[in-house]
Amino acid sequence: MSDLLKNSNLSLDTADKIVSDTLHDCDDGELYIEDTKFETVTLDDNKIKSSEYSIDSGYGFRAITDDVIAYSHSNEISEESLKKSSKNLKSTLKSKKGTYNSEIKKTNQKFYNDIDPIETKSLNAKIELLNLMNEYSRSKDQSVKQVSASFLGEKKNVEILRPGGELLKDSRPLVRINISMMVEKNGRKETAVYGVGGRQSYDEYLKDGSWKKLCDEAFRIATTNLKSKPSPAGEMKVVLGPGWPAILIHEAIGHGLEGDFNRKKTSVFHNLVGRRVASEGVTIIDDGTIDNRRGSLNIDDEGTPTEKTVLIEKGILKNFMQDRLNARLMNTKSTGNGRRENYKHIVLPRMRNTIMLNGTHTQEEMINSVTKGIFAVSFGGGQVDITSGKFVFNCTEAYEIVNGKIGAPLKGATLIGDGPSSLKEVLMVGNDMMLDPGIGTCGKSGQGVPVGVGQPSLLIDNMTVGGTQL
Amino acid sequence: MIKEKDYLNNIAEQCLSKSNKLGSTDASVMVMHSVSEDVSVRNRKLDGSRRSENLGITLTTYIGKKKSTISSSDLNTKNLDGLINRCVESTKITPEDDLNSLADKELYFKGDKDLDLYDETVLENKKKIEYINEAEEEAFSRKDIVNTNGSGFSQNKSNFILANSSGFSDGYKTSQFTAYCEVVSKNNGSMERDYEYSSKRFFNDILKPKQLGSKAAELALKKLNPKKIKSEKLNIIFDKRIAKGFLSSFSSAISSSAFAKGTTFLKDKLNKKIFGDKINIQDKADIKKANGSRYFDVEGVKTNPLDLVKDGALNDLLIDTYNGKKIKKKSNGRASGSSNLYFLNGDLSFEELLNSNKKLLYITETIGRGSNIITGDFSVGASGLMVENGEFSYPVSEITIAGNLNNIYKNISLANDLEFNYSTNSPTMLVEGMIVGGK
Repeated sequence: MSDLLKNSNLSLDTADKIVSDTLHDCDDGELYIEDTKFETVTLDDNKIKSSEYSIDSGYGFRAITDDVIAYSHSNEISEESLKKSSKNLKSTLKSKKGTYNSEIKKTNQKFYNDIDPIETKSLNAKIELLNLMNEYSRSKDQSVKQVSASFLGEKKNVEILRPGGELLKDSRPLVRINISMMVEKNGRKETAVYGVGGRQSYDEYLKDGSWKKLCDEAFRIATTNLKSKPSPAGEMKVVLGPGWPAILIHEAIGHGLEGDFNRKKTSVFHNLVGRRVASEGVTIIDDGTIDNRRGSLNIDDEGTPTEKTVLIEKGILKNFMQDRLNARLMNTKSTGNGRRENYKHIVLPRMRNTIMLNGTHTQEEMINSVTKGIFAVSFGGGQVDITSGKFVFNCTEAYEIVNGKIGAPLKGATLIGDGPSSLKEVLMVGNDMMLDPGIGTCGKSGQGVPVGVGQPSLLIDNMTVGGTQL
Repeated sequence: MIKEKDYLNNIAEQCLSKSNKLGSTDASVMVMHSVSEDVSVRNRKLDGSRRSENLGITLTTYIGKKKSTISSSDLNTKNLDGLINRCVESTKITPEDDLNSLADKELYFKGDKDLDLYDETVLENKKKIEYINEAEEEAFSRKDIVNTNGSGFSQNKSNFILANSSGFSDGYKTSQFTAYCEVVSKNNGSMERDYEYSSKRFFNDILKPKQLGSKAAELALKKLNPKKIKSEKLNIIFDKRIAKGFLSSFSSAISSSAFAKGTTFLKDKLNKKIFGDKINIQDKADIKKANGSRYFDVEGVKTNPLDLVKDGALNDLLIDTYNGKKIKKKSNGRASGSSNLYFLNGDLSFEELLNSNKKLLYITETIGRGSNIITGDFSVGASGLMVENGEFSYPVSEITIAGNLNNIYKNISLANDLEFNYSTNSPTMLVEGMIVGGK
């Protein structure tokens, strides 16, 4: 029974006939139907800006033979539209003949509950809480000049119809609560952003006054930065804090291990499976199965159940992250990493929750061992060039380390490094693994998908720090 | 085929009348339709085709000073009615904001639409594939070009109607043709990638395939076997495609919303010098066929030309209705941001810039977020070419460049080679005295 075809003139039978007819000479493909409800409620400059609500539904019809993907999507879910798409796909692939592999793993495992977070908290209650967050933040100190807070909620229903009438379903809640603050003191301005989220109701992140902690954390970062001094420039030792700084792993290593770049041999890692790519103490996994995490999925967007994929074990490259297309062309199996932003986009191999596992060192040991370096606690955005392996990060909270002690906070520090060599420069892996607060969105080929990261503290021997102080 | 005006108008009117019946005092609706047909090619073989069709509405309803917005791609009448109802119900419980309103009637766009923003040309996928194959062919004819990251061609057509309860109703078609080619070079264990793309409203205006392929190849080859340099203070030249990024952060920093909240490093700089005397920045929405051209913004307000920076002084802001009221200024049709935003030409030739110092760094690519518009701090990862005695000497990578926009702005000199290839455009730019982080 399809839930998403209910409001259309398209019956599941007819849809199946069109899908089966279109795909029988193809290697792969499916009809992906999606229905997403999304809300944002924002408080800005002391006022509830407005509440916004959107509904987006549509389908993406995909046919693949060899390495050629034909894709057609529309937000008109109807027999006529689907037939038009079918014609389009057939015309692209008319000179090719493939063999459809109908085998797909099944699962009954659920890593989050089927709730609608938008409806489980009333708009009134959201507005009231945003006002409380604003008042509480502003009452902390006179230096707080601007507060912006928002609730973002989403409920996405997904159905994947494969030839022969096989229908795979997932229902995915997602929330995020953000607060940003601008503080000003003695003519100097700084900002900080903090947020939490995941695949549960808002209240899980707000109960017992824990919303106050969000405000406290944003305030702490912003006021720390008021005391910051210009960052040094040049190569030095870097200690990364636990949790969110693992986006460095995501950029430096993660993207380079996605199947498409390796199948196309444009990743620096494409010929390194079985080889040492990181220090002995480094083990990295990509895990879609952690309860209620932002990057978790019951099934991926091709219908494959997610799993815990070992990418690097004790420094040795073990596996790439695969969708069905790249797995087939590389003679391996999908690891359940086939994802898309929504029905408007083709599937790409994408990360889920990418995590470096614990080692044996303490953060204190790491800091004590550094004569001159920086301690990076939180990052803003990061980016990587897959082909050259170069990656970059902007620190939003960082400190200098002088003679084994944490010193003054630093402003505007950027870290730049080389993906394949940076993990070989890991000197110590901490024992304090932490997951991020649930705020990451990864961008690739113009598609954003929610992801998670995690890591213990790390000591990296040598990275280039970009600052204004020579 | 792209939906015609009558079809979109009909939906817009339904939304406005239904909202009115349900109790909204004002409403504004945008109905959009777009069709895009793309192909991608890799190693001169078809990699994929994609057809996208999107029809959607965005409706904002007001009850007095209360406001709420919904958007939807599900335009089935029954669902649409439910949504409009939800929008009005949300409006009722959203707190009042005295500044909420539609735009001033007297600012609405009225007039002829003669900017040439729509090309009727429809290219078959076969034609697109040929075009892009020829570009890759050209790139692969160069030694050391070993792979592609994919190249493609896309054709996009769209039409929209913006209508509101105070009588504005207008819309128009636009088209966009885009070709890109991204190739990988390899030599002595060094692997680099670079790209060239061209995106124009008219098919005939985009770069020819051979130019596209040879430019992409040339750029990827120039980057091979880069060196890392020492940390030092250097004069930096930004290639046009990087220099235009300074305009993007500038436009965020001079938006009326940033001024109203004080969240910009330029907050106190209106009518003051922020650049050197020779620097001028304009935002001009009425350039024929240009990518950023438009008649009016999302509120229906006419987008007049602006002299944003005149002889180095900040002369105007990008203003929408709501934030304009906060800073006591009228909207200038920038609720959708800037239109065609550009630095006017400087008085130096490209060669003169290259020879302005014995040692310069020419930046061709930056990675990372870059600018913090609240503090003006600027820091990015970069790669490019070292320039010694006016000649390109060797590629450089894995460095950072940093500074503060307040200082950077005052140290900009511009070449006289402005072209209108994007919606923000800059001549080649020299910035003196930036800090390079390297070894």
